Amino acid sequence: MKSLLIAAFFLSAITLDTYAQSIPSVKLKDLTGATIDTGALENDGNPIVICFWATWCSPCKRELNAYMDYYGDWQEETGVKIVAVSIDDSRSTNRVSPYIMSSGWEFEILLDPAGDFKRAMQVMNAPHTFLYNGKGNLVWSHNSYADGDEEELYEELLKLVD
Amino acid sequence: MKHFIAFFSLGILLSGSVDAQETSPGVVSGNISVLFQSYQEDSLIGAVVPPSKSGFNAYSNINYTQGNFSAGFRYESYLNSVLGFPGRFKGSGIGYRYARWSDPEIGVDVTVGNFYETFGSGVLLRSYEDRNLGLDNAMDGVRLLLSPLDGINVKMVYGKQRLDFDSRLVNSEGIIRGLDVEISLNDIIPALKDSKLRVIPAYSFVSKFQEGGNIIKEDTLILELPENVAGWEYGATIHYGMWKGGIGLTKKINDPSADNGYIYKEGEALMYYLTGNIKDLTFLFQRSTTDNMSFRSDRDLLLFDAPINNIPAITKPHTYNLAATLYPYATVINGESSFRGELYYNLKRGSKLGGKYGTKMSLVFATAYSLDTTNLSGVDGVVYGYQRNSWGFGDSLNVQDISFEIERKFSKTFKAKAMYMNLIFNTLATPVTTDYKGLVNANIYVLETQIRTAKRQSLRTEFQVLTTGKWRDEEGELFKQDKGDWATVVAEYTWSPHWFVNVTDQYNFGNPNIEKRVHYLYGSAGYINGSHRLSVGYGKRREGIFCVGGVCRAVPASSGLEVIFTSSF
Repeated sequence: MKSLLIAAFFLSAITLDTYAQSIPSVKLKDLTGATIDTGALENDGNPIVICFWATWCSPCKRELNAYMDYYGDWQEETGVKIVAVSIDDSRSTNRVSPYIMSSGWEFEILLDPAGDFKRAMQVMNAPHTFLYNGKGNLVWSHNSYADGDEEELYEELLKLVD
Repeated sequence: MKHFIAFFSLGILLSGSVDAQETSPGVVSGNISVLFQSYQEDSLIGAVVPPSKSGFNAYSNINYTQGNFSAGFRYESYLNSVLGFPGRFKGSGIGYRYARWSDPEIGVDVTVGNFYETFGSGVLLRSYEDRNLGLDNAMDGVRLLLSPLDGINVKMVYGKQRLDFDSRLVNSEGIIRGLDVEISLNDIIPALKDSKLRVIPAYSFVSKFQEGGNIIKEDTLILELPENVAGWEYGATIHYGMWKGGIGLTKKINDPSADNGYIYKEGEALMYYLTGNIKDLTFLFQRSTTDNMSFRSDRDLLLFDAPINNIPAITKPHTYNLAATLYPYATVINGESSFRGELYYNLKRGSKLGGKYGTKMSLVFATAYSLDTTNLSGVDGVVYGYQRNSWGFGDSLNVQDISFEIERKFSKTFKAKAMYMNLIFNTLATPVTTDYKGLVNANIYVLETQIRTAKRQSLRTEFQVLTTGKWRDEEGELFKQDKGDWATVVAEYTWSPHWFVNVTDQYNFGNPNIEKRVHYLYGSAGYINGSHRLSVGYGKRREGIFCVGGVCRAVPASSGLEVIFTSSF
């Protein structure tokens, strides 16, 4: 009986037409202390990239440094906004602000020290990057970072403006 | 299980009723993680084979969201758990389930079942998970988040917390109740709305209930155990542009426990920090003193079991494996006084010293000492243990960690990073090794390079060396401290966006015991496609220490095959 009920639940979930995922709503702080509802993140109908990173995560920093190299060009061509969400916990969340000030990153930075947004986005390991189209629907995501992955993101961004 | 079924029946019913009003049928999201290890005996590194010959940890979170409603569960499987995981995690079943209704418009968010929650910095309440380490103290009860006005956030939690997993969720004995209020003054006072100065005071209160009883001390002293233990924190965060400061003062009433030797002293903590910049130099200074702040939902448990709060370690979380895993510092949970200072400087792009792409530098200093205390004598000593004389530093060093990093991109195809670190580590304060008792003095040198070899292909290498100081035995002979000197070489080749191979060799070339001068060679390869990742590895895994939230756990050496699959959808 139990198994049947569980199976019924799964079936009911799976047979639903899966709609595109939108950005879940979690309240986070930015570096100025303002509260931001992630569900209300928008970019005037242009794409949004959400990238999970941490000050202790080397590939995450490599990824965001690579994005920074092209950010100006990407913004011009696609209007994209990159939101970098730090998953540093209470041990290292205070390191984010000085790191950002010295890094030259121009992304919107959000702090997720309790991992609430990370869980809501089903992120298991950082870096994990999500691309949302101008309607706020998830169109692409990628786990981990290797040198050159930014080119794949760029190709995906171009698909959205074609 | 009945509760679980009831949960989802409710969820499906609710989603059905909402369906009638809206056209969206809802969204299913989730993730899956599978870790399989097979073991071989390797007497050289002390790797043993458990009776099951293999370990298997898997879990999957499945969530269903329909408008403001969401519900989900996590199915977990430990058949048997991999080495180094809490061995009593066993069987398969539901380890987490919840239903939630949240309406940001009216500022109400209710969760029933399991949830994770942190109040402020977590020094009073932090329920969290680190599945890779087997850490999970999820709350199980009800959480209410209210935002009656813009700028006012109220959190209320009531429940038990996860202790264990035995084919189902096993909660610890105590009941936890908490309230947290945070007010953003700028959002409620119109005149401050656009001010650069932003002030956010906060208050938290957490109380636990556990049935009491008596304890007998010194054969004749019968003491009653407190059944309700409360703690509270006053805190504030102040922002001025990109400058930020914060302070938190926490108190907790007497809480005799296995951690503190069942003394009746009250707990206190004071933490403050400041970050900002002077021109291009950015900084962080942080000071913290915690005294007797171990807080568990079961007073008789230790280590990883049933912590209500979390006292973060003062040292920086290191990324290079010799720096991160041989001497990881964990807060001394019964009390310590600590300081951290960090400086960051960027040599600008195009400048003479900075080069074409700029150069990043950082200097990080962190230290922790024992508390400044005086032991009490007589009955006071038995009941209260000690008294703290000041918020300052005691005489005994727990850790001192200084590291300098420099990072530079030389061309479009080549970048490099170097780090030097000096570490003085008291293995009596944080017992990460049984081979040496006292202060280990270690120097660590790291060089990391990355070369783009072709379009979307790159080779990354790390060269790391750790050397330890010397000590003299009773006969006057000199030995290297602890396990002596280590070297690590990492080579990783990636083909973006799908493939990678990695070879890591850790070599304990300076072990005072010549037989233990072993290479730990480990190779892995993997495939990534979007948010799905598969990696297969084979080799020797060194025994290691994982430290989280003030406690450490030893992971034994092992040898064999490892398969990891993660996916989110």
